[in-house]
Amino acid sequence: MGFEKFGRRSFTAMTKTAKFVDLLAEGKVEGSACKKCGAKFFPPRADCAACFSKEMDWYDVPKKGTLETFTTAQYAPFGFEADPPYTMGVVNFGEGPKLFARLAKDIKIEDIKIGMDVTVRPLKYEDGQISFEIIKA
Amino acid sequence: MAKDVAVIGVGQTYFVRGYEGSIRELAFEAFREAAQDAGITQKNIGASIFCSAPEYDKQRSPAGVLAEYLGLIPQPTFYIETVCSSSSSGVKVAYSMIKAGLHDVVAVVGFQKMSEITSAESQERMGRGADIQWEAPFGTMMPAYYALYAQAYMAKNGLTLDDLMKVRVKAATYGQINERAVYRKGVKPEDFDPNNPEAKMAGPVASPLRVGDCCANADGASCVILANAEKAKAFSKKPVWIMGIGAASEAVNMAARPDFAKGLSVGYGAAAEAYKMAGVTAKDIKVAEVHDCFTIAEIMAYEGLGFAKPGDGKALIQAKETYKEGRIPVNVDGGLLSKGHPIGATGGSQIRTIVLQLRGEAGPMQVKDPDIGLVHNVGGVGLYGNVTIFGR
Ligand SMILES: [Zn+2]
Repeated sequence: MGFEKFGRRSFTAMTKTAKFVDLLAEGKVEGSACKKCGAKFFPPRADCAACFSKEMDWYDVPKKGTLETFTTAQYAPFGFEADPPYTMGVVNFGEGPKLFARLAKDIKIEDIKIGMDVTVRPLKYEDGQISFEIIKA
Repeated sequence: MAKDVAVIGVGQTYFVRGYEGSIRELAFEAFREAAQDAGITQKNIGASIFCSAPEYDKQRSPAGVLAEYLGLIPQPTFYIETVCSSSSSGVKVAYSMIKAGLHDVVAVVGFQKMSEITSAESQERMGRGADIQWEAPFGTMMPAYYALYAQAYMAKNGLTLDDLMKVRVKAATYGQINERAVYRKGVKPEDFDPNNPEAKMAGPVASPLRVGDCCANADGASCVILANAEKAKAFSKKPVWIMGIGAASEAVNMAARPDFAKGLSVGYGAAAEAYKMAGVTAKDIKVAEVHDCFTIAEIMAYEGLGFAKPGDGKALIQAKETYKEGRIPVNVDGGLLSKGHPIGATGGSQIRTIVLQLRGEAGPMQVKDPDIGLVHNVGGVGLYGNVTIFGR
């Protein structure tokens, strides 16, 4: 499976981290961790800029985090016109890389608050695109 | 103050919606004004640098095409791009070339014709100025990115929508007296009334940012001509010297941003470097242009530049300290919010404003006798940041 499957609409056909999409299809949201120096990356990277290694493992992103910030977009860029309103946010897991994604549609916009407990799950769109989203913990 | 490299000529087109001409004609207008301002012709110019954000017009490799149209061949020419901060990056490169002794005089031309594509297409282009592999697939766009900062910043620092409105009202105060601005109308607090469907600034864009919190797209071009000390003294009665240049970059992905409530790290980093090189502090700055692509960006810039303590930027706008008569006048040409933001032209336009201020030629926008001015120009969502300090 290629990376064109990723997200509402992908702009990248090939990446060495395309396995990320296969993992999403298996129900896992994973980042990459350097086998040599242990540095963790989300979104995943194929190469470690800390030690130049290209040997990477996959790791599960933490199950619990808090919402560091968010915004609800009332307009969308070209190609996403069918989607608004949609909320995007950043999850802070306390340590390690943060995570950027949309929030699940079933969370009421007025219920979204900075600092709320959240977690992350894979998401499959009706057209077959695969992504991940932030949900209430 | 080191007097090695000076600005000897500045030019800027009117910033407009739907410029009736092509990019080469747009660029020519700004260049002609700058060359005439400097009192020089093309034969005095050793090299040219063209700056824009790609994909708004169809021209690939625009430097060669524009250099020919401007009469700047066969001198060397090339293209510099850092999205919204492209032309201040161009000025940094020009400074370096002159300082290295490669050329005596260099012209930096920033241009953008945004009206060739729709607003939604423009948002898509700007969204792709961030991370296309991992973020654009979520439908990101510039207002949403800055809104992430606004939401966190407001929650932590007690900044209100009312404070953001005040930034927009200030910008419009000066947009009205800047004949080159794209948005010439005034803005009143009631224009932000969320309970009035007629209120032109109140409509939500990306929470908490509203229509009035966002800058105006525009077509426009700017030109800055720089020279070494010998040529500056020969050509210019009022050279404006570059005292300090600072620049920084930041992780593109929001997942790697350290602290949304603190603001853009490039603002802090570029300012520290520029102040150090110039040998001055925030207190020495008498007039500033900051990158107010969104109202929140101006508040964050106050703090990055040291005009206010971290978290306390709101006090400056509440007390009107950044108005023309205030302690540190900021964006008294209307800023990106009212003057407009033709991406590649913006940095050069900001520099033009400061040069005119330091020369005492800013007309109705003139601040009282400034001797040191500062330009803060940010590319993308704080992906790139340039701070340039000028003295007379
Ligand atoms: Zn490593």
